[in-house]
Amino acid sequence: MTTLLEIAAPTIEYRLLGPVLIVFVGACLGVLIEALVPRHLRDEGQLIVTSVSLLGALFVLWRTWGPDWRAVGAMGAVSVDGPTQIIWLLILVFALLSTLLFAERKLGGGVTSFTPMAAAVPNSPLERDAAAARVEHTEVFPLLLFAVTGMLLFPAANDLLTMFVALEILSLPLYLLSGLARYRRLLSHEAAMKYFLLGALSSAIFLFGAALLYGYSGSFTFGAIDAAVATPSEHDTLLVAGMVMLIVGLLFKLGAVPFHSWTPDVYQGAPTPVTAFMAVCTKLAAIGALLRLLYVALGGSRWEWQPVIAGISILTMLVGAVLAIVAKDIKRLLAYSSVTHAGFLLTAIVGASTATTGLPAGQVGSAAAIAIYMAAYGFATMGAFGIVMMVRGAAGERNDLAAWQGLGKKHPWIATAMTLFMLSFAGIPGTAGFIGKWAVFSAAWRGGYWWLVLVAVIMSLVAVYFYLRVVVIMFFTEPDPEIGDVHVALPGLGTTVVIALGAVMTVLLGILPGWVVDLATSASQLLR
Amino acid sequence: MTLLEGLTPVAATGLFPLAWLMIAIPLVSAGLFLVLGKVTDSFAHYVATLAPIASFIVAVALFADLLGRPEAQRAVSVPLYTWITTGSWTINVGLLIDPLSILFALLVTGVGSLIHVYSIGYMAHDPGRRRFFAYLNLFIAAMLVLVLADNYAVLFVGWEGVGLASYLLISFWQHKPTAATAGKKAFVVNRVGDLGLTMAIFTMLAFFGSSSFEAVNAGASKMSPAWVTLLGLLLLVGACGKSAQVPLQSWLLDAMEGPTPVSALIHAATMVTAGVYLVVRSHAVYAETSTAALAVAIVGTVTLLAGAWIGTSKDDIKKVLAGSTMSQIGYMMLAAGIGPVAYPFAIFHLLTHGFFKANMFLGAGSVMHGMNDDVNMRHYGGLAKVMKITYYTFLMGYLAIIGTPFFSGFYSKDSIIEAAWEKQPVLGGLALLAAGVTAFYMTRLMFMTFWSSKRWQDGVHPHESPAVMWVPLVLLAIPSVVAGMVMNAWIAGWLAPAVNGEVPLNPSWLPHITVIGVVTLAVVIAGVGVAYLVFGRTSIPESVPYTRNVFTIIGRHDLYGDAFNEAVFMKPGEALTRGVVALDTSVVDGAVRGSGALTLGLGGGLRKLQNGYVRSYGLTMIVGVIVVGLALVIGRLV
Repeated sequence: MTTLLEIAAPTIEYRLLGPVLIVFVGACLGVLIEALVPRHLRDEGQLIVTSVSLLGALFVLWRTWGPDWRAVGAMGAVSVDGPTQIIWLLILVFALLSTLLFAERKLGGGVTSFTPMAAAVPNSPLERDAAAARVEHTEVFPLLLFAVTGMLLFPAANDLLTMFVALEILSLPLYLLSGLARYRRLLSHEAAMKYFLLGALSSAIFLFGAALLYGYSGSFTFGAIDAAVATPSEHDTLLVAGMVMLIVGLLFKLGAVPFHSWTPDVYQGAPTPVTAFMAVCTKLAAIGALLRLLYVALGGSRWEWQPVIAGISILTMLVGAVLAIVAKDIKRLLAYSSVTHAGFLLTAIVGASTATTGLPAGQVGSAAAIAIYMAAYGFATMGAFGIVMMVRGAAGERNDLAAWQGLGKKHPWIATAMTLFMLSFAGIPGTAGFIGKWAVFSAAWRGGYWWLVLVAVIMSLVAVYFYLRVVVIMFFTEPDPEIGDVHVALPGLGTTVVIALGAVMTVLLGILPGWVVDLATSASQLLR
Repeated sequence: MTLLEGLTPVAATGLFPLAWLMIAIPLVSAGLFLVLGKVTDSFAHYVATLAPIASFIVAVALFADLLGRPEAQRAVSVPLYTWITTGSWTINVGLLIDPLSILFALLVTGVGSLIHVYSIGYMAHDPGRRRFFAYLNLFIAAMLVLVLADNYAVLFVGWEGVGLASYLLISFWQHKPTAATAGKKAFVVNRVGDLGLTMAIFTMLAFFGSSSFEAVNAGASKMSPAWVTLLGLLLLVGACGKSAQVPLQSWLLDAMEGPTPVSALIHAATMVTAGVYLVVRSHAVYAETSTAALAVAIVGTVTLLAGAWIGTSKDDIKKVLAGSTMSQIGYMMLAAGIGPVAYPFAIFHLLTHGFFKANMFLGAGSVMHGMNDDVNMRHYGGLAKVMKITYYTFLMGYLAIIGTPFFSGFYSKDSIIEAAWEKQPVLGGLALLAAGVTAFYMTRLMFMTFWSSKRWQDGVHPHESPAVMWVPLVLLAIPSVVAGMVMNAWIAGWLAPAVNGEVPLNPSWLPHITVIGVVTLAVVIAGVGVAYLVFGRTSIPESVPYTRNVFTIIGRHDLYGDAFNEAVFMKPGEALTRGVVALDTSVVDGAVRGSGALTLGLGGGLRKLQNGYVRSYGLTMIVGVIVVGLALVIGRLV
């Protein structure tokens, strides 16, 4: 008697998953443009396809917004619930802003931040010829869209395999993009290489963990893992080992200590628009995935992972802040700052304040807190990197802090905007950052981790120091006569919009946080 | 006497939802002219003057609406939005328009508008004119936030806003080191007061989960006596800082470095009275704690004496008026400390003082304008003849402040002295004495400025100011005369529901003749008489005469307020700093270098890990995995 292997055609909720699908289709169209459209039209074409597909995704998201639509789809593989939707919203908005930074040409005198020919040996005649011929890698746009596809899928994944696939989809384009900087090519190559090697290692660890957890629970889906965790068993070594490895795999993407080592090198080496994109969107996807894994699949063993994540959170805040104090490069400083922000985000994860753990409806829980924090962090980060792109020397950007001396005198508006972003990062009341900090701290407090909040508040005070250092350098330090050629180039419309929007939202969220808090709390119910 | 229940705010209807316009208009105007910069130099002052006038029109409309309402519906809450909400507490941003706040709004926008008009003339040739008007607008907006807020947290936003505006305007002529220092001083002293207010707000949040006036009024009676007293004292500290009450009085005299319209608006008529507003607004707290209320009354009395004393011995016309301001606010504080019976009098005096003191400050500005910005009264004299309008308007203010019957100050000040005499005879007696001193120093000022023979310096040709300056003087002189008569019969009944005050029976515009009233009048006449004997019959020396009169010497030194601060706070502070520095270089430096070294070492150590080698990064990760795994396992075993 033989049983035929039955393969049922999968059912896909096209409309619900629309945002992911549209972005994916847009990416494929981008590849076709590279293949079929004449070179001189590609740039505009890619920009249009990218923006339209991101806007289209946002449109579909808007049409499917709300509790009536939210469901587990794609035969249980993807969970489009409140947190997924709000993270999608943020990723799409910030990806759109990143696109504007990607397309910036005016700063570089008509060329983008990307190398004309990635395959050429740095400083080789081939590269020079390509630059002279104004060749460009317009592939960056489809690469961005592919990464966004992965990022959208990552926090929505409802089983370990989907999550792993999403992880790879989002990672591979980023490895490539990191290596495409126009100037300091070797640094950029190195960044890409490092990111790839360490990313591969973390993927391996994640996959290993997934296998172990499968061994423990007999299933990849989060619901089944949760059920297995709920049934006590004496042989749960597999659970512990699997849990550790999965968490580590995700913490790597988030940039938490001790899995953060790649961050400064990659942030520094990658083209600045890519850094901005990674700093915001990757973090969003990673924290969303971590939220889902820990709350949906491993919620039952909360008591075990909470202290560990709490420890990692403290370590992350501390190491990020200490290293930022000694940083001499603005991009490295922002990288370390993003590490400390990962630490603050983790405090909300530790709180595990959800409806399951007794959170009253309408209150800010962990999921909402993360969304609020990331909104605040995202706008400030986009704006800050936009400004980083503007401070330039003869060979591209000047990222050394020395070049920023006396910026306040020459360009008070730009320095003021940067100051605003720094204050928001530091969590000064009146800026968005304060509301974000307040949200994550209250989520941790609700979860009973008052001591963690205490430590985090102290850490945020330490962090104020290095943010203010940037302000002091800009406003109160006379420029060193030997810093060489430094000028602030005026950006094109896109970058201006990004910086202005960042500044406006930073203030707006600080003084009128009500609507974003409401939006986030209305979308905080996790589905299984 | 009837005691009314406090008002419960009703929802905003009609015009009230637009109340925020009062704040928004000057705020937008301020922002606009600060941002747009030089291109608006030519017209900024005209447009900026329209802003408070527009707010004034809104305030008048709202006031008319309130007048037409039945008494129980005269408190209107205008919720704007929710600022912060979390499990146990919520901070809403909203406005409260009630009989108390609308009077303030009228005073701030009304007097503010006149002072804007006056400044068009006064600042005509100042290169920073646009900036000046933008700051004035900012002040109006912040002051309106302060008085219209429906909770203490938003009140604090306005409180800091007026502090900022005050700082910017005191040190407006920042090229003068004295002005820059004065601004700094005001800033630092006010921080002490602000600390009190913030602590009070935290206490409220901890107890009531809200800082709204409604919640605090309702909850105050449920607090333990110790806590409610502490709350009352913390609020008093806040009030002392803003209202220049002893011991936080020292900044006000120096604040006269600012342009004179600023002194008139901020440091006489409106901002410095915010402390009185705070105390009256917190009436429910003080109703529960006689200790804190008594402290308010004592602080008020001490200040009213100290201010009057300083006023007697200064030669700088603005400093005499500043001392006088301190002293008059002391009267208001005293009234606020006496309790429900005197709350309306505190506000009554605040309003009349707002008129006559703004009038006199602007008059002083007009005099300075004619005297090449000289402030020394020893260089004045005989100005009554050459500056007729300034003289007569100033005279109205003078008659009002000393308490001439039927002038505004007479009604409001006598009410306070009478109420104080009834409740706290000692304080009432001192207040009575100070009325005589007030008459003395104000008469001295009149003699030295307007009446005696001229002692003008070379090259000074006094002349009347332009119409744009004297019209506001006239418009302020009118209420200086009639405000008392108009409001005497009405204000207690109007304010009573909002401040839980008592309504006296048979109010009337006629002076209420009592023994104490007659005695007060006699003391005032005595004060004027003494001043006439000292300054009216002999000529006034042009340089400061040597004196052994210990009272004069102490007065000339601002009662040694600065010396006191220096000896009690600064010197020990410096000593502490030196000690800390010594400790720092010897002991702590080790630790600081240590911690610096620790940070750097940590940084170095971490940087060693951050060495750029991908192999060590990978190793770090693997070690991390093992450590995390071990932590989980150990957590399990424990």
